[in-house]
Amino acid sequence: MGVIERDPYTGHGTTGHEWNGIKELNTTVPWPIWAFLICSVAFAVLWWILMPAWPLGTTYTKGLLGNDVRKDVAAHLRAAAEERSVWMRRIEKEDFAAIQADPALMKNVREAGHALFGDNCAACHGIGATGGPGFPNLTDRAWLWGGTPDAVFQTIRVGVNSEHPDSRSSQMPAWGRDKMLKDSAINDVVAYVYSLSHPGGDGKSSAAQLAAGQKVFADNCAACHGADAKGKTEVGAPNLTDSFWLYGGGEASIYNTVYNGRQGHMPTWESRISKTDRKILTLYVLDLGRAPP
Amino acid sequence: MFKSHYKLERYSIGLAIAIIVVASIGGIVEIAPLFTIHQTVEEAPGMRVYTPLELAGRNIYIREGCYACHSQMIRTLRDEVERYGPYSLAVESQYDHPMLWGSKRTGPDLARVGGKYSDQWQVTHLNNPRDVVPESVMPAYPFLKETELRIDDLPEHLATLRKLGVPYTDDMVANAVSDAYGQAVPDSPQAKGVKERYGEATDVRAFDGDPGMVTEMDALVAYLQILGRLTDAAHKQEAVTGGIK
Repeated sequence: MGVIERDPYTGHGTTGHEWNGIKELNTTVPWPIWAFLICSVAFAVLWWILMPAWPLGTTYTKGLLGNDVRKDVAAHLRAAAEERSVWMRRIEKEDFAAIQADPALMKNVREAGHALFGDNCAACHGIGATGGPGFPNLTDRAWLWGGTPDAVFQTIRVGVNSEHPDSRSSQMPAWGRDKMLKDSAINDVVAYVYSLSHPGGDGKSSAAQLAAGQKVFADNCAACHGADAKGKTEVGAPNLTDSFWLYGGGEASIYNTVYNGRQGHMPTWESRISKTDRKILTLYVLDLGRAPP
Repeated sequence: MFKSHYKLERYSIGLAIAIIVVASIGGIVEIAPLFTIHQTVEEAPGMRVYTPLELAGRNIYIREGCYACHSQMIRTLRDEVERYGPYSLAVESQYDHPMLWGSKRTGPDLARVGGKYSDQWQVTHLNNPRDVVPESVMPAYPFLKETELRIDDLPEHLATLRKLGVPYTDDMVANAVSDAYGQAVPDSPQAKGVKERYGEATDVRAFDGDPGMVTEMDALVAYLQILGRLTDAAHKQEAVTGGIK
């Protein structure tokens, strides 16, 4: 250890090193730093006593405040439910028509429904609920499984082709891939189905072809889609005479649907969303179709 | 106190050792007790292991860096529980080596995404996220559907995980290749063994919509559809802590 040398200007000692004529002062730690350090240590000791802190083998000190994040989140959730309960309880008890007739309650439905829809439904049906190819538009008048509140509520509860034991079940067979219809019959029925929603036809199909297609339709498709092709909501078979199309209404899309079949899938929400929240979603979705565009 | 410090500062090896000792105290105090405290990992009897196909999907999830934007950890906060479901428990990741909790969310948390959306949606979304979510910034993964899944090395993956404590049986390791194939090809003779070994509730279907070839898409979707569903411990925990639903 070198001889401690005092700096003549400040009176402080130096570190005793010299680098090319430069010496370093060894100034004492300023008191605010000491004060801060001491306060920090005092706070830490207090915090050890109040909060869960020290490990003790198989357990740990729980702290005087009894702090537990799991209890906290449960309490926060209960408080939030309590806050909502004023109108949530009414939604729980009252029937759909009564809620729809109450503008104040519908305002709550729109707010809560928007968040629920965004979290759970928007991924498939789109944030505006307008759907996309394979995912139904919920704002139009066409409903595969019925557009009454009870029907929509049931669809949300059990899903379509889902794992739920009561799931709605819809299977459009693969008429071409599974060789149930000949290619010519498929072409005929596609032309016929296309003509149903395009009264003028495409100009390419002859009357004979349309007549042949009508016969194929009556023999194979009418069981689900109905003899008038207006669909059946009991089996989720769409109306083929209107302008609403889930997979596209062009001839190529219709051909693809007939050839490869379609098995849409909507998950069941019974175990994921509470009954009251599902009721809110039902009301929210039906309200979207009513709102002015 | 300072006298001894001055002395220590003059011996570089001694100083280095002292720095390591002091710096590791924080880590030891925080990490070591987790191995002995009983409450660290909850009990989940009956929790199932990943099937070989799901494991392959998990490896693709890691390969593509999904964890960089998606967490798999629902925190004990009201907004997260209301949005994603019951908060995550440590036991739910007990077979995850490495765990994929993540630390950043550009996309949503995926801890309970299993069963939330249809296979068809998952495939469409992975193929090009903009097709179903126009505002999405997620990259597209169209090659997954066209790439045949490598399944020949799955027995080694299972055997390695078994060394790390995942309870795979000899039967599971030996049949890993056939199970991976069977889970994605429901009409094949291999499909039956999957449910025998991994439970009746195991999803056996053509996840990518095409039973012809087992693709990386099959594996990734199978993995996504099991997330949060290996055990219902978290839902039970919720019942214990005060009936939130």
